[in-house]
Amino acid sequence: MNLLTVENLTVTLATGSGDAQAVRNLSFSVGHGEILGVAGESGSGKTMTALSMLGLLPYKGKASGSIKFDGREILTSTKREYRDIRGKEIAMIFQDPMTSLHPMLTVEVQLTEHLRHHRKVSKDAARNSALELLATVKIPEPAAALKAHPSQFSGGMRQRIAIAMALACEPKLLIADEPTTALDVTVQAGILKLLHQLRTDRNLSVMVITHDLGVLSSLTDRIMIMYAGSEVESGATSDLLQNPRHPYTKGLIAALPGNSEVNSKNLLSIDGMPPELGNFPSGCAFHTRCKFAKASCKETVPEVLNLSSDHRIFCPVNPFSELSNSGSK
Amino acid sequence: MKEILNLKNVAVEYDRHGRKVRAVAGVDLTLNSGEILGLVGESGCGKSTLGKAIVGILSPITGEIVFDGQKVKKLTRGKRPEHFRNLQMVFQDPYGSLNPRRKIGMQIADGLIVAGMSKKLALLKAEDLLEKVGLPRNAVGRFPHQFSGGQRQRISIARALAASPTAIIADEPISALDTSSQAQVANLLVNLVDEFDMGMVFISHDLSIVRRISDRVAVMYLGKIVEVGTVDQIWNNPSHPYTRALISAIPHADGTSFMPKDLPGDVPNPMSPPSGCRFHPRCPLAKAECASNEPELRKLADGRDVSCVLQTAGSQPVTITLN
Repeated sequence: MNLLTVENLTVTLATGSGDAQAVRNLSFSVGHGEILGVAGESGSGKTMTALSMLGLLPYKGKASGSIKFDGREILTSTKREYRDIRGKEIAMIFQDPMTSLHPMLTVEVQLTEHLRHHRKVSKDAARNSALELLATVKIPEPAAALKAHPSQFSGGMRQRIAIAMALACEPKLLIADEPTTALDVTVQAGILKLLHQLRTDRNLSVMVITHDLGVLSSLTDRIMIMYAGSEVESGATSDLLQNPRHPYTKGLIAALPGNSEVNSKNLLSIDGMPPELGNFPSGCAFHTRCKFAKASCKETVPEVLNLSSDHRIFCPVNPFSELSNSGSK
Repeated sequence: MKEILNLKNVAVEYDRHGRKVRAVAGVDLTLNSGEILGLVGESGCGKSTLGKAIVGILSPITGEIVFDGQKVKKLTRGKRPEHFRNLQMVFQDPYGSLNPRRKIGMQIADGLIVAGMSKKLALLKAEDLLEKVGLPRNAVGRFPHQFSGGQRQRISIARALAASPTAIIADEPISALDTSSQAQVANLLVNLVDEFDMGMVFISHDLSIVRRISDRVAVMYLGKIVEVGTVDQIWNNPSHPYTRALISAIPHADGTSFMPKDLPGDVPNPMSPPSGCRFHPRCPLAKAECASNEPELRKLADGRDVSCVLQTAGSQPVTITLN
């Protein structure tokens, strides 16, 4: 059984001009020890999906559908119940470790807070766990690091501390929202390695949210691509990246700097802009930018089309079916 | 191909709580017209500081920057000297670099009006420029908040173009943009450089985009250039261990489970740079002498410059492999 099963999740946010759906009818799952990548541009609903799982939606945000975690429904949880889920069952790390760490408190205070709250352990026991955690995330000289403040660390080290904090109560699922976007590539590689290690050592399930397909390629087992609040395609990482079938995924991959035509400085790009919240187009939201759109795409919300047991798209046109069947490019 | 920009031994210092921080510590660089020079390195290596020094926002403490035959001086509160109007900068954050309370048209026309054009004509020219960067002509009457990030960056580019620049310093111009806009704005820059035969320094931490659009690449580490060469040289056969480490750290979005390599350690504090070769504490190939002797840039047989003891001036580059 999967650790996390999300069914027909819809998130409605209050905007200046009335309610708008940021996530629409989303269904996906994360298995035990699996790393799922969620990709999409800003406004595609990937962060709102994560926040709805933690009961952290913005003011007046509403989620409907079903989120089953470890066999029980959590979407209907009360505020108090969510407090027990956050940190203990599901933990989250964010893009900017400077804002997720308190600048005035020592690392020790921040690392032991969770443990003291959720586990009710003694101060000394919490301190020992904190030392172990820092060693796990490979912070040099853990004892000295405990007494230091966040500003004394570099961006990469801060992200490691944020990961240590997230791991403190041994959550089953870690949600990482753009965990390496603010970091240099040299440091990013170290964080990717660490997340991999944690999955292997602890059988941790991870949901990584990012727009960087390179990061997803080296880190994840499966990828879900989102556009305007909905899934457009999902599949095993190698299959999805090497054999993308939805026009949007195809466009994203073609736009990667490494994939454009050789001997041309110009990158391929998808024309137009991703739609804004509250202005999602009708039918298939991508039809306004899609080269293959038919008249019906404007009216009908696409149904799921299973290409294999673990690769599906939401596109009735399926323009690349023949290409991939013949095996040629 | 004409040399448009020449930097000789440029050093820039900041004053930080009474202590001097040398963010750029002696840089030699040239830029030719019609060429894109990628400037890469980790955050804190001094690449943005160097960019600001080139256009005269900061003034170097040693060395000189020559643009089109004349030495660049620090900008004053008055108007930019006539000669340096053709040297323009585009910044990373298109939200911070436009005035939120003024209409787009006037912000673009400013430079033209200062240069003596009538307001009416300048606004007409602003419309032309907006069209040039792919925005509708009627955008002149709108405010910055009515545009997306990618569109605002186009507006910033249009404003730089108003001065008919012969060189543009672009500091992370696409880093703050969405995937869709990134490719579009990068293409716009490439096409403009081509059309107007400008020179462009493209400062970025994203090596894969630099690889795609640049002609030459300069790699910077802790205030110094460690390697400069053509994109092919740098990419296919990097001759400095740091360049190799940077390239090995880039993830491949190809669906193979390629794991990028990290470079342990952080960029050292520029207040107290390491002795000898600045990269030696992190370099897997460092020798004993690297801790005491600072290597100079040397020209290899294929025309690139590199500062590493593993390479010999005038010889073919030795292949660098890291474990």
